[in-house]
Amino acid sequence: MSAVLDNHGHAGHDDHAHGHPHGWRRWVFATNHKDIGTLYLLFSFTMLMIGGLLALFIRLELFQPGLQYFNPELFNQFTTMHGLIMVFGAIMPAFVGFANWMIPLQIGAADMAFARMNNFSFWLMVPAGIMLVGSFFMPGGAPAAGWTLYAPLTLQMGPSMDAGIFAMHILGASSIMGSINIIVTILNMRAPGMTLMKMPLFAWTWLITAYLLIAVMPVLAGAITMTLTDRHFGTSFFNPAGGGDPVMYQHIFWFFGHPEVYIMILPAFGIVSAIIPAFARKKLFGYTSMVYATASIAILSFIVWAHHMFTTGMPVTGQLFFMYATMLIAVPTGVKVFNWIATMWKGSMSFETPMLWSVGFLFVFTMGGFTGLILAITPVDIQLQDTYYVVAHFHYVLVAGSLFALFAGFYYWAPKWTGFMYNETRGKIHFWASLITFNVTFFPMHFLGLAGMPRRYADYAAQFTDFNMIASIGAFGFGLSQVYFLFFVVLPSIRGGEKAAANPWEGAEGLEWTVPSPAPFHTFETPPTVK
Amino acid sequence: MKMDKQSAGPASLARRSALSRAALGTIGGLVGTLGSSAALASAVKDLPGGPAVNQLNLHPAVTRIASDISNLHIAMLVICLVIFVAVFGVMFYSIFKHRKSLGHKPAQFHESVAVEIAWTVIPFIIVIGMGAMATRSVVAMKDTTNADITIKATGYQWKWGYDYIKGEGEGISFLSTLDYSHRVASNSGKPEAIDNYLLKVDNAMVVPVDKKIRIITTANDVIHAWAVPAFAVKQDAIPGFVRDTWFRAEKIGDYYGQCQELCGKEHAYMPIHVKVVSQEDYAKWVDGEKKKAAAKADDPSKVWQLADLVARGEKVYNANCAACHKADGAGAGPIKALVGSKVVLADDKAQQIAIMLNGAGGGAMPAWKQLSDTEIAAVVTYTKNAWTNKTGQVVQPAEIVAARK
Repeated sequence: MSAVLDNHGHAGHDDHAHGHPHGWRRWVFATNHKDIGTLYLLFSFTMLMIGGLLALFIRLELFQPGLQYFNPELFNQFTTMHGLIMVFGAIMPAFVGFANWMIPLQIGAADMAFARMNNFSFWLMVPAGIMLVGSFFMPGGAPAAGWTLYAPLTLQMGPSMDAGIFAMHILGASSIMGSINIIVTILNMRAPGMTLMKMPLFAWTWLITAYLLIAVMPVLAGAITMTLTDRHFGTSFFNPAGGGDPVMYQHIFWFFGHPEVYIMILPAFGIVSAIIPAFARKKLFGYTSMVYATASIAILSFIVWAHHMFTTGMPVTGQLFFMYATMLIAVPTGVKVFNWIATMWKGSMSFETPMLWSVGFLFVFTMGGFTGLILAITPVDIQLQDTYYVVAHFHYVLVAGSLFALFAGFYYWAPKWTGFMYNETRGKIHFWASLITFNVTFFPMHFLGLAGMPRRYADYAAQFTDFNMIASIGAFGFGLSQVYFLFFVVLPSIRGGEKAAANPWEGAEGLEWTVPSPAPFHTFETPPTVK
Repeated sequence: MKMDKQSAGPASLARRSALSRAALGTIGGLVGTLGSSAALASAVKDLPGGPAVNQLNLHPAVTRIASDISNLHIAMLVICLVIFVAVFGVMFYSIFKHRKSLGHKPAQFHESVAVEIAWTVIPFIIVIGMGAMATRSVVAMKDTTNADITIKATGYQWKWGYDYIKGEGEGISFLSTLDYSHRVASNSGKPEAIDNYLLKVDNAMVVPVDKKIRIITTANDVIHAWAVPAFAVKQDAIPGFVRDTWFRAEKIGDYYGQCQELCGKEHAYMPIHVKVVSQEDYAKWVDGEKKKAAAKADDPSKVWQLADLVARGEKVYNANCAACHKADGAGAGPIKALVGSKVVLADDKAQQIAIMLNGAGGGAMPAWKQLSDTEIAAVVTYTKNAWTNKTGQVVQPAEIVAARK
């Protein structure tokens, strides 16, 4: 029985003492890691489309100088909510969806450690998502202070700011519970013989990411709670009129914010580390080194936060420390890139869609890494802070990084989820269209940033027109590519197609490929033995 | 959940063609606008001291620090490019040669401690080297001692205020606001192709060439940021805090920057214009400003006639209020209309004066206490007698003085 389609033939799955719910109850009361994984993926894809729509509104307005469609207040709402929805609604839940689907399968566990808490973690996201998206319809519109929600600007926002804070608290709680689940599952429920150093790297990256989440989500909660009390309960944490410190908000926020971006990329590293060896038909190069590099990145991520604050006026010692520490992170990240390429080297590669996305990731994410290195140099950052160069950098690492890896993972594992092979030609179309339009959209933004075009601007000096036009055209193309993905790849592959074997990929290794496709509702009820 | 198997039925075909029509329509629309606005884009020329058309690199440097940073950036770019070409050269070679379709068999190696150490240590050295190159500039940018002139730049929602607080020109003080016609052009959706679009202000900051200028930044309400790319200067302007930065401009000319920290709805409309002039021209300008200030020094005890005060108030209104409340006083959305407003038309002036001095709506309407008593009195009088408001009331500056107490 497929975990995605609820066929009523129960042939081919283990006998179990209890039935499981059907219809809406199956989903609302889901405790099965595959169902919950599916729910997370559906939720995150919906949020991706909504966040993408907001991005298209932004690029529509920025197509030409002058305000054609939206006033600047609404424009700021778009930029803010695009960021919040993509970070907290699309990217993070998508990786959690992958974690839920794949971690138990990869470590030979029957399910996650805390199945009911898992259900709660997911369903918390829905009211939070509704509040975030619905905030546009509250009086005064959605929050318009940028996704970073700097004080004291946030103290001027309308009631949607409070709704947004509430939504973020809920999302944070969901993440923390999910992380606890992942850590306990990985540490306690691996199949006999699967030592930590035999785990797939995806499990390692999620283990480390989960610790990062538990460490920093409470810090974000602190920052936004202090914003809430400044707004309504007469405190002055950040309100200078009462003796508060706006820069303290930035410190607290970025202490969360920097590990947050690594939270969004480490699972991507894990996905790519599964796919490249499979399609190179060669073991991952330097497994131990990859584990240590991931751990180093996570630890270093705690000591670099103020590189987002080089222009706030910190003392020179601070600037030098954060510059050197930030540059250090390039080292373990480079180690990982080298290891992936060494995995490809002298392999026997084929370039089906998952491999295309992974190699594309490697190429374009590294470009984002280089611009990050350039931004790490404090004097250069002074010129580029709050310009489109930063926008280019983080979209290269988050879209060409995280999102491409998520697509790679979809194409790789979807046969296991749905039981059907996706259409390979259409997958390739999706890849090439996305890669090209992505670069058309974001590469010109490096030039705009070097030329001084500031971020979060609804209108701009006329000299920036051509590159903005190119970026907008690319953006619409990229958006269309994702609509194509939904209607021409995802939906058809759920409904039918060539049947997928248990292991459709010649070079793939791992416990997930030992169970049938689609994966039965219950797997590994008896743990396998790993040699 | 029953799934129907009509992936190729007529309904889905219709859906697909509707989608493609929508897609083509959007692309067609975009291309059409591209054609008609190519005229806009190509008519614009480089702005000296500001952005160049399709500029690819940092601004041409006008200070030594900016030139150091420009060189630093090029050095970083070259290093990154070399590494990029090397690493991806290897990767693309591998992609082309190590393919199953070419019959290449997979090798068996999957670890090497020596190699891991090598590609940890070498990047580490490169990265420390890059940091070392930058350290000198970091330290130099922080040294704001021994400035010739010190100017305080205060960020307001949404303009800059400049106070010359030390050195030649001490005591000069003025606000620098975006030219209102540019704001109107922005709203029109079809701004003319002018070179300084969104960069023109009423009063530029004037400084002498080859002198060390220390800029102290602060803000009145939320965080702003003062930046001039040609000088490689950027410093956050934080309310309740005082930060500083400095520059020594080596070329006479006009240099432009924009607010670089999201500060609310008019964030894109508070540009920075620094005019670097010769020492003699600077002395002349200082002289002129001092004379203007003496003449303008509004005596708050002066008693004004209605017509004069309304005329003065209209100027204040256009410079400060029209951006939100609109030239016709109609406001929009959450911004209150002044024409026909109960507060404005009231006999008791106290509420309107209080709003002017303290703001309203939790900062949505900012406080305007930084305007002079005469300016506030004038603009209140203007709103009470403009458009269809015809109260005939006059608010004298002395009333504002009293209200501030």
